[in-house]
Amino acid sequence: MTSQYNFKKIVIVPTAKDFIDIVLSKTQRKTPTVVHKQYKISRIRQFYMRKVKFSQQTFHDKLSTILTDFPKLDDIHPFYADLMNVLYDKDHYKLALGQINIAVHLIDNVSKDYVRLLKYGDSLYRCKQLKKAALGRMATIMKRQAQSLQYLEQVRQHLSRLPSIDPNTRTLLICGFPNVGKSSFINKITRADVEVQPYAFTTKSLFVGHTDHRYLRWQVVDTPGILDHPLEDRNTIEMQAIAALAHLRAAILYVMDISEQCGHTIEQQVALFESIKPLFANKPVLVVLNKTDVIRLEELNPEQKALIQGFINDDIPVMEMSTFSEEGVMNVKTEACERLLSHRIEVKIKSKKVEGILNRLHVALPKPRDGCTRPAFVPEKVIEKRLEKGPKIKKKTERDLEVELEDDYSLDLKKNYDLPADFKYDVIPEFWEGKNIADYIDPDIMAKLEELEREEELRVESGVYEKEEEEMDDEEKEIHRLAGKIREKKAIIAIEGRIGRSGGAPVMPRAGRKRERSVSRLRSEFEELGVDMSNKSGAHFSRTKSRSASRPPIKKARADSAGRVSSSSRVTPRDQSGIRNVELKAKAKKMGHKAQGKMNQFGKAGEADRHIAVKMPRHLYSGKRGIGKTDRR
Amino acid sequence: MRIEKCYFCSSNVWPGHGMVFVRNDCKIFRFCRSKCKNAFKKKKNPRKTKWTKAFRKSAGKDLAIDPSFEFEKRRNVPVKYDRDLWQKSVEAMKKVEIIRCRRQALHINNRHSKSKEVQRRSDNYEVTKNMGLIRSPAAGLKQLATQLDGEKDMSLVSSKFKQMESRVVEEVHDSDREMDVE
Repeated sequence: MTSQYNFKKIVIVPTAKDFIDIVLSKTQRKTPTVVHKQYKISRIRQFYMRKVKFSQQTFHDKLSTILTDFPKLDDIHPFYADLMNVLYDKDHYKLALGQINIAVHLIDNVSKDYVRLLKYGDSLYRCKQLKKAALGRMATIMKRQAQSLQYLEQVRQHLSRLPSIDPNTRTLLICGFPNVGKSSFINKITRADVEVQPYAFTTKSLFVGHTDHRYLRWQVVDTPGILDHPLEDRNTIEMQAIAALAHLRAAILYVMDISEQCGHTIEQQVALFESIKPLFANKPVLVVLNKTDVIRLEELNPEQKALIQGFINDDIPVMEMSTFSEEGVMNVKTEACERLLSHRIEVKIKSKKVEGILNRLHVALPKPRDGCTRPAFVPEKVIEKRLEKGPKIKKKTERDLEVELEDDYSLDLKKNYDLPADFKYDVIPEFWEGKNIADYIDPDIMAKLEELEREEELRVESGVYEKEEEEMDDEEKEIHRLAGKIREKKAIIAIEGRIGRSGGAPVMPRAGRKRERSVSRLRSEFEELGVDMSNKSGAHFSRTKSRSASRPPIKKARADSAGRVSSSSRVTPRDQSGIRNVELKAKAKKMGHKAQGKMNQFGKAGEADRHIAVKMPRHLYSGKRGIGKTDRR
Repeated sequence: MRIEKCYFCSSNVWPGHGMVFVRNDCKIFRFCRSKCKNAFKKKKNPRKTKWTKAFRKSAGKDLAIDPSFEFEKRRNVPVKYDRDLWQKSVEAMKKVEIIRCRRQALHINNRHSKSKEVQRRSDNYEVTKNMGLIRSPAAGLKQLATQLDGEKDMSLVSSKFKQMESRVVEEVHDSDREMDVE
């Protein structure tokens, strides 16, 4: 129900200028943009017709949403209709919407006309002009609506901020002179948080809060203050209150300030009540005397009391409260709610619908069968037994003990153990040498142990444990020693072998390697093995010849077909090749040094310097690249 | 309080030590240290991991089946506390422990005796086959030759050497035979 009167969903109404921009740019975006004069004329016409139709459709859609979104005054609840009339002026509102409606029709007609004309467009240029004229006329129509659009946007903004009052639900309506404490009251009973200030007309519009009573939701409406003057003189703020009073089927709380701090005497307030009384017809009314913390009803002078008494004579309940000290606030709320509830039920019962509900209801009230009492039945034997037992003796709890012994008490749970008295406080061993004693607990452990011991005795007797420790004789010891040595030697050889070829390094041919075999090594190895190598006479080995500077080529010189000698594996360095002897070598060095001298002196580029002859050779930088290399074209 | 056994290596886990892993089928795994826990996490089989008790038992390294093992057990039968029974049990524990230790030692000893034989055989093999690695067959030949002092020629020396060699071989064979007798 509430969503029906929620005006927050209305779409924003753009200004006329924005409106035109939006529509034209949308047309531009959503329709094709490319057309050429050599196209077939039908295609060109089609192109422009589409543009005209599209913009017309967009205008139409946008304006229709405005028309549908804004509430129609005839359709909504009279309270809202009245409120909107008060706030926005019914005539102005209807006029604005009517203008928009007319604009829609005008735009539609413009479009229809120009589409018809476009059918006869004979060139691209003509078609284009027609389209331009059509869109221009539509824009002009929209421009004329600037005022109504602006007005509607303002209305929309205001509407969206209106409190969402549900006119049909249970409502408490608070009214009275300005500054009598209406807003304070709503703040007390709901969480509405209405602004409260010590001057008149703090509240300038309607406010809504919600409260709970009897597990129901109650709407509480706070109204701006009203003054006592004819309806025609009332301003907008007051008219809102009047609208609410007139149309909401609510319990009316007429708040009066009996302390007269609001600036209006009790007589004035009563007079106002009398003048707006017609609005309270068929509604439960409650007169609430506020600010009793300042002055109480009893303390008033007789004339004022008589005025108040007038209400009571008219069957209008009068209640006292103080929003300052919160005295009687809840009573007022409860009373108002109860009265409204009973009033609503009364109204409902009077209506025709109630028949259906009453037919479905049935309240059963059990009647007592007869006058005799029927107490609970307890067998006699049970009663006897109970008497035998005597009164129940309560078991002493630990708590009782604690209370009794006070500081001497210490919790002892062992006393309740189900064990002989002298066992109770034993310290039970748990472990023995890393073993759980609990694992060995077995009632017939002794029998088992006996059996094991018997078996063990038999074993000992049969000499299982008498193992002759056979000693190694000398010969065996010697063999063991020698074997040990051999193993050690083997291990050394293996390690040495491993060191030689470490980590998969490539094996050099023996020709390139350092010479590994030597007489000295032979000798040392053999001496290690126990051979006397001191006397060399008759031995067929001797010291190896040492290498000289002019050694013979390692590889045998071999003549090729041309008769030249192929190079040996050792290549002579370039500064030595072709030099006969040492003197020549020295001379060549000196000459080279001298030749370099001048160039070094002037910082000139020598033959060793980096030199780029042609920086960008044409053949490498012109033409297309093929799929292959980048340096060949 | 209880001394638990490590799931992996079967060593003692004292209260307050080690870690417990409870699998989502409620099986409890206790570990004495991170080494065991990590091995478990790597899905190592304790029976195939050399350093565990489980391996030693399953591979026959340690004594596995013996009536002396039957005393220590989780019996899951509640026995009411009785001082005498407890005292007796502790005494019995000590006795059982002695017997158990003796039997385990015997088992290991028996195992080792076999290895001694293997050792001897391999020693003999090394000495007969690889003697040349530590002592050349030519060792001492020269001294022999000087002792004989030229009166004998080199052919004699070589024959002497052959004799020596054969003697060494005989020795080896002799020792072989002794071994067989044992």
